[in-house]
Amino acid sequence: MKFAFYPGCVAQGAARELKASTEALAKKLGIELVPMPNATCCGAGVITEQNPVLSNTLNARTFAIAEKMGLDILNICGTCQGVMKKAQKELKESPKKLEEANKSMAGSGLEYRGKVKVRHLLNVLIEDIGADKLKSMVRRPLKDLRIGAFYGCYALRPGELSGLKDPDNPDEIENLVRALGGEPVDYPGRLRCCGFPYVMMSKRNALTMAGNHISAAKENGANCMVTPCPLCHLNLDPYQPESAKIVGKELNVPIFHLPQMVGLALGISPKELQLSKHIIRFKESLTQSR
Amino acid sequence: MFFLFPGSCLGMQDHEAPPRSIKKMKTKFKIRRFDPQKDQAPRFQEYELEVPQGATLLDCVNLIKWTQDGTLSYRMSCRSAICGSCAMKVNGHARLACKTQAKDVIKNNLVVLEPLGNMTVIKDLAVDLEPFWEKVEKVMPWLVNDEEVSPGVERLQSPEDFHKIDAASTCIMCASCFSDCCSEEVDKEYLGPTALAKAQRFVCDSRDKKQFERISKLSKEKGIWDCTHCGECSQRCPTDAKPLERIVELRNVALNSGVLNNNGARHAKAFVDSIAKSGRLNENELPVKSMGFFNIKGLLEILPVGIRMLIRGKNPPLIHHSIEDMDQVKKIFREFGEPK
Repeated sequence: MKFAFYPGCVAQGAARELKASTEALAKKLGIELVPMPNATCCGAGVITEQNPVLSNTLNARTFAIAEKMGLDILNICGTCQGVMKKAQKELKESPKKLEEANKSMAGSGLEYRGKVKVRHLLNVLIEDIGADKLKSMVRRPLKDLRIGAFYGCYALRPGELSGLKDPDNPDEIENLVRALGGEPVDYPGRLRCCGFPYVMMSKRNALTMAGNHISAAKENGANCMVTPCPLCHLNLDPYQPESAKIVGKELNVPIFHLPQMVGLALGISPKELQLSKHIIRFKESLTQSR
Repeated sequence: MFFLFPGSCLGMQDHEAPPRSIKKMKTKFKIRRFDPQKDQAPRFQEYELEVPQGATLLDCVNLIKWTQDGTLSYRMSCRSAICGSCAMKVNGHARLACKTQAKDVIKNNLVVLEPLGNMTVIKDLAVDLEPFWEKVEKVMPWLVNDEEVSPGVERLQSPEDFHKIDAASTCIMCASCFSDCCSEEVDKEYLGPTALAKAQRFVCDSRDKKQFERISKLSKEKGIWDCTHCGECSQRCPTDAKPLERIVELRNVALNSGVLNNNGARHAKAFVDSIAKSGRLNENELPVKSMGFFNIKGLLEILPVGIRMLIRGKNPPLIHHSIEDMDQVKKIFREFGEPK
């Protein structure tokens, strides 16, 4: 298995532990990750606010780069995945937009033909590797972990682009947790917004959202959470002390990036998964190898 | 059985077999009941119903009321997805009951019905829509144009211009988006998706004369930049109105008409500038540029999280590198980079 690896800006910036843990997990699973050093930011739904044509064109270029490599794209950020799927849909539905985008790439040897598939690690783990295979590879069952899945908006909505069987009531992450020997925890808020997109504009509201969801997960028995989106992780982990203050509750809930959770179960060391980079750290007893 | 609901959607959408051959299945309906005048707290009541083939969810709720429990309260009227009365939460998400085929929402022989969210319950599935309507009224939902027109002549609009407001015009005010809005949940002052979609319908109307005043007001606190972009509104919308897309269009108007003196617009501008310069996001610059360089209070507020991340080695790299082949990206920006 081989992918054009698109870590996205945040996994190369404030969540480098996500990129590192993905690379460690990919090695374990025999997935080859080919870097895309010339790919731009996906726009995160922000560029399109100023200029939708620009946003789609930048993504078309990224797709064209992957097509030239002859590989499908692997995302590890829920937001990148959602934005790219939306760009693909718009470029597919409008031959004019596609033509405009390709025209702007003329002379660079790049052309987007609408062939490349855009995949998120979550979908690859479920569809390509499969829960059964992962289960057979477990070296450190997550049996003492009660895990609240936090899906993130872009992984769920619009539902038609999510790649999930039932985006209104998904169980993909919960099934992964079960396969890895952990206990999934259901809680109100697992399908809601973390608040990150407007933490710069409306900090109090954004952190109230995060605080409410973490607290709901905890009240329903979770001793940690997992998310497939590093933007959610930013609001759930580094800002957690502020969120706790705003919702007036003690939280202290550590948050896994998806590949960290899978990697831990497969026997990769907490050090290699860079769990120590989190602001809210796991208790050592919960993550030490056995 | 069809005599029970004359004019209902039942049998109108599908050309199905006559009633006698209808396959029936027994389904449990768990409905949240609450009468604030009598009950201490809401409770769930269970009903069992043989759901007729082709029945909408509203048909089912009507059957329960008419044949099992006349005390059940909910709103309904047109049964044709026009009046917007019968929205309710179905298995946790807002839906228009008359536009929902029952078979699509029955999971393991169970359907859970609750009142819409973000509003106070009057009784059972009926909520108080007053705060919802107040917000819609706040955006001046009427055309402002004092120019005289000759008697008998209408204010004309080209099909292209109408296309810009067509989507928002399909809103039926069912409040599904408002019910599931994440921002509304944490901030009752936020204008909300319905009012903002309605605002887009007038901001982008070629005949309206108050575009700048409207967009300036909408850019202030509790308006277009207080949406968290979660997509719940568009996902729940039963029409083409799709509020999130309309909010994005409003932000586009704000950015392109120079209404920039707020964190939201500064954030969007700084984001695009960062990509134009290096191809990817400079996370160190973004908070400072979004808050504004002289916003000492705001910057002090985010200082602790910055220090926390620095201590853990989680801070974005201090030297920000550009991606390779930036010349290609610069060419794209030259061609499309201006606001549109």
